[in-house]
Amino acid sequence: MKVTRRQFVKGGVTAFTVSMAAPAFLSDIARAQGASRRNLVVLYLSGGNDALSTLVPYTDPFYYSRRPTLAVPAASVLQVGADRSGKALGLHPRLTGLRQIFDQGDLAIIQRTGYPNSSRSHFLGTDIWSTANPANSSGAGWLGRYLDALADPVDPLVGWSTVRELPHALEGRRVSVPSIPSVAGYAFSSPNTGTEATYSRATMANIASHVPVDRPHVAFVNGTSSAALATLDRVASVASYTGTVTYANNGLAQALKAVAGAIARGIGTKVFWVQTGGFDTHAGQGTNAANGAYTNLMGTVGDSLLAFYNDMRNQGLLQDTLVLQFSEFGRRVIENGSQGTDHGAAGVMMALGGGVNGGLYGSAASLNPNNADGTLENNGNDVRYETDFRAVYARVLDQWLGADSIPILGGNFRNNTLTFL
Amino acid sequence: MQTAANGPLLDHLLRRAGFGASPIERESYAGRSYTEIVDELVGFEPATTDIDHLMQTPGHVGVTARNGAFTPNIVINDARQRWLFRMAHSAAPLQEKLALFWHHHFATAYSKIAGSFNQTEATRMMDAKPSTDTAGVRGQIEMFRQLGIGSFRNLLIEVARDPAMIVWLDGRTNVKAQPQENFGRELMELFTFGIGNYTEADVYAAARVFTGWNIALQGTRDTPTARYVFNFNQAQHDTNAKTFTFAIYPGGSSTIPARAAAAGMQDGLDLINALAIHPQTARRLAGRLWTWFVSDIAAPEPAWVERIAGIYLANDTQMRPVLREVFMSAQFRSPRYRFSRYAWPVEYVVRALKEVGYVGFSVNDALTPMLNMGQQLFEPPDVNGWAIGPAWFSTGAMLARMNFASQLATNQRFELRNAARNHRTSPESLLNFVSGQLSTPALPAPVNTALLNYVRAGGTWTGSDAQLLTKAGGLFHLLVGSGEFQFV
Repeated sequence: MKVTRRQFVKGGVTAFTVSMAAPAFLSDIARAQGASRRNLVVLYLSGGNDALSTLVPYTDPFYYSRRPTLAVPAASVLQVGADRSGKALGLHPRLTGLRQIFDQGDLAIIQRTGYPNSSRSHFLGTDIWSTANPANSSGAGWLGRYLDALADPVDPLVGWSTVRELPHALEGRRVSVPSIPSVAGYAFSSPNTGTEATYSRATMANIASHVPVDRPHVAFVNGTSSAALATLDRVASVASYTGTVTYANNGLAQALKAVAGAIARGIGTKVFWVQTGGFDTHAGQGTNAANGAYTNLMGTVGDSLLAFYNDMRNQGLLQDTLVLQFSEFGRRVIENGSQGTDHGAAGVMMALGGGVNGGLYGSAASLNPNNADGTLENNGNDVRYETDFRAVYARVLDQWLGADSIPILGGNFRNNTLTFL
Repeated sequence: MQTAANGPLLDHLLRRAGFGASPIERESYAGRSYTEIVDELVGFEPATTDIDHLMQTPGHVGVTARNGAFTPNIVINDARQRWLFRMAHSAAPLQEKLALFWHHHFATAYSKIAGSFNQTEATRMMDAKPSTDTAGVRGQIEMFRQLGIGSFRNLLIEVARDPAMIVWLDGRTNVKAQPQENFGRELMELFTFGIGNYTEADVYAAARVFTGWNIALQGTRDTPTARYVFNFNQAQHDTNAKTFTFAIYPGGSSTIPARAAAAGMQDGLDLINALAIHPQTARRLAGRLWTWFVSDIAAPEPAWVERIAGIYLANDTQMRPVLREVFMSAQFRSPRYRFSRYAWPVEYVVRALKEVGYVGFSVNDALTPMLNMGQQLFEPPDVNGWAIGPAWFSTGAMLARMNFASQLATNQRFELRNAARNHRTSPESLLNFVSGQLSTPALPAPVNTALLNYVRAGGTWTGSDAQLLTKAGGLFHLLVGSGEFQFV
């Protein structure tokens, strides 16, 4: 019986045999697994993105009456046509990058995504989106469960978090996803330099290759060390990646550059996590000023994604790449007294990539506070969800990753009208 | 000097009941009996253990002020530094070890409180020290320090009244018209007897029991003397009777009677008492003590659990006699269970400081490495606490451990060279010195050979200062970063 790291963590010491040795973690596994070269890049806009400023219902009079200072003028939005309910919509004027991708047919915008009884808490909301379980948002994340379900042996670089703290969504019961916020930082350091440093690394690898049969827990830790040392060079190969485009010098763009490098270098990662913050715009949201807070957020997101998109396309990798964007909730319809917006309910998701059927999905809410059509909640103050976010996850799992969404999501959330993939 | 017989056992005790020992501390225990040392460790008086005055004094690990200020009551990273300092230097190490145990057991995260209030208030609620807080706030971890060795029943009551906990588990929204189940559920599922001993109806009844347990602002908002305190809001208390599926009272009654709102707090005290003295709580707590103090690799021995649970119940939930029995038990003392617990990142870091050295090192420089290892104090991932055991060891986390070993060895290399001068005669003597200063188990032959080859690599061994500087630091790095050192 061949026992792997995951079975060890799952089954404890008794499931472990000496056959678990470092070679099980080598990079060829990643390629052996890679019947599909497809990867998923999850983009989390942290803080609760104001969906109504991302995708503007510029013909809805209540959008303008309820947001006297924050509404984006109809004349400046980037029109993207009308949704299935006939409502005309436009992207935020600073999302010029996304508009280009939309025009290529590679961007799907999924309106009013959320879930029943939406949490207005960042904390709980993020946990719910991470676990895909509004009833019990502790435990493994949805991506962690996907990775847990992969056939053994699983390469240690099968997942890659570009943020330091491992996102809840990537927490698995058996697979440990490394956090690699900085490619340069994912390196072996030594008190000495030059030749002495190479002695140190060689010796550490030598020690870690020791598999004490009588102490499987030590062998397990040594196996992890071996895996780390065996993946260093693959990660380091990304550090020298320059790309075919220029990535801006901000966190999101640089994280996407690392992701592009990992994909281009073929290191075998299936799921990446990138994240950018600042979306908790309670005050001074600045949707219209040229350097307003929200305008800058949109610039960062749109420009970074365009750079990534072009880089992938230039190298023929776009067909293997899917970006899925979400945020923990949308924001209140009505602006508050501080030229900002408070926590709301349904938001907007986007999917981007060569395999995406671009366009507008779902229907926009009517922002009339009388809520005659039932598209609002919370006394007409928040947008009510139309598409369960788990249906989007299900589509990604089933149609893109080739997994079975039902056990991973703990239910059948498939929605056949959601044909973005 | 320690005898060969008590050395490894003493090291084991100090790693488990504390965070390891510096060479000087090891010496200070020499010649004393095991029982005497256990009695000293469990006998600490919480009110008399304050060592904060030693911070920023010579001979101790450093802390780093930001912008000229070190304010651990109101800045969370300063609170993290202060706790690491206490772990490294407390003369009552069990007090800090227990505080960490309860921090995991009653896992409460700073970030949610900071999101609900602000960073200053959240830091105070988590770890303010009453004698230096502007309004005498006692933070949650400070409560664990003061009460953690006392009655578990009393600890549960104080946890239920703790502002950080009330914010964390949404007690503020637990009102009679709409009971909030979060605290009632976790009280039974995580804090006391655990899943399988209650029903969903019990959860709902427990939520009603704690309706009105809230916090209130005392003093003028945004002034230094303002603080949040526990407040029983009787107007929001459900005064009806609550019936459970388990006994609440000694006679066997499982119904908390209807009470006037003004007397309604008694509901919670009655429920907590019933849970605290429930035999399954005693067993579950004993099992957790096994995992924490004895081994997270071997399952708890049932007879051990029964004995510890019995002592807990016989001593009216007092933890001091329980812990004494844990450390005196044959299982704890057995060589079989040495190095059979995966070191938490915080344990790994503090032990490394104590065994490698810390003069000239600031614990501030351990905060980011700890984050990379997967543990931030005051920030457990959820109410379940940290995922422990093998789950600590992702490749990135292991790399972070190896790199912290490098960082510390680099920082200490001149001290280590000086200490190694008496052991310069051969590669073997140098390795003996390094492995002797670290409380690792006997090194397996292949590891030993690899390390000796490392010392020899690069030229003939002469024992020069230059070689010592390179290789002593190098050996500490390799051993502290090795698999052998990841267990306590």
